[in-house]
Amino acid sequence: MIRFFKMVTLVCGFSLPAYAVAVDEKPLPDPVQEAQARELMKEIRCLVCQNQSIEDSNAELARDLRAIVRERVALGDSPDNVRAYLVDRYGDWVLLKPPVKSSTYFLWASPFFAVLVIAALVFRRRRAVPTAAPLSDEEQAELQALLAQRTGEERS
Amino acid sequence: MQRFIPLIIVSALVLLFLGMMLSDRNPKEIDSVLIGRPVPAFSLESLAQDAPVLTEADLKTGKPVLVNFFASWCVPCRAEHENLMVLAGQYRIPVIGIAYKNEADKARGFLSELGNPFAKTGLDLDGRVGIDWGVSGVPETFLVDGEGVIRYRHWGPIVGDSLEKRLLPELERLQ
Repeated sequence: MIRFFKMVTLVCGFSLPAYAVAVDEKPLPDPVQEAQARELMKEIRCLVCQNQSIEDSNAELARDLRAIVRERVALGDSPDNVRAYLVDRYGDWVLLKPPVKSSTYFLWASPFFAVLVIAALVFRRRRAVPTAAPLSDEEQAELQALLAQRTGEERS
Repeated sequence: MQRFIPLIIVSALVLLFLGMMLSDRNPKEIDSVLIGRPVPAFSLESLAQDAPVLTEADLKTGKPVLVNFFASWCVPCRAEHENLMVLAGQYRIPVIGIAYKNEADKARGFLSELGNPFAKTGLDLDGRVGIDWGVSGVPETFLVDGEGVIRYRHWGPIVGDSLEKRLLPELERLQ
């Protein structure tokens, strides 16, 4: 019986983080909307900690932004509208995943550029390796002489 | 030629990094998207007892005004306060103070302790007006032109040479 209790406590204890909500925050009553809001929070960058999402951040501004996300979702805003609401105030920077548009083409294309540049370098290197010219008769004779000398030394 | 390529690359990188280190760019500072846009609509109670509420109409005065987000709990705000006094006193720029997430009596205490540079004040208790202005922390100061369009945002405290080097040139351009 005690073992059973221990197990139950353990299982409950480990699964608690799954329900983690900051203490002073009320999740939305509708679980579908709450899930939608949580998904959005993961995409929104905290302006204070900068490389955390507002879902991860403890900053007060992040808490306010979480409240706004929940509020907009509860009002029936689509995820795109919620994003637009925040981008309108804080710019594209607030999105952890930058949108593809003319000012970010270079950003999105840069990994492909990098691959191309590396490929070009590797290719050039490969080609640059000089293939050895065949030995001339003279060199061949010298080589044979050296080899003969060496085998002679080894035997003695 | 080939052997100089690494040297050229390294010197280019050194120049790039040196340039970035020596420029007074703050990598934490994110450009405001509100530049060139009219001020967002808002309505805030004043810190003064019987003053009318502060709205965006108070910023469209035909002359440039500064809007400063501050709080009594904010240490850099203390540091820049002197410069706000100079802007209001010496340069005769109307400065409008918005107390960001600050209780009214604490904000009042801050102003009575350090002096009040503000022509008008507003109380943004829940920080929502701050969010509408894209504020990510206090202090932040916005330069609003006579038509109520935001022209410049000063991120962080106006201390050191940032008054002369950044804010005043922006002001001069408007005047």
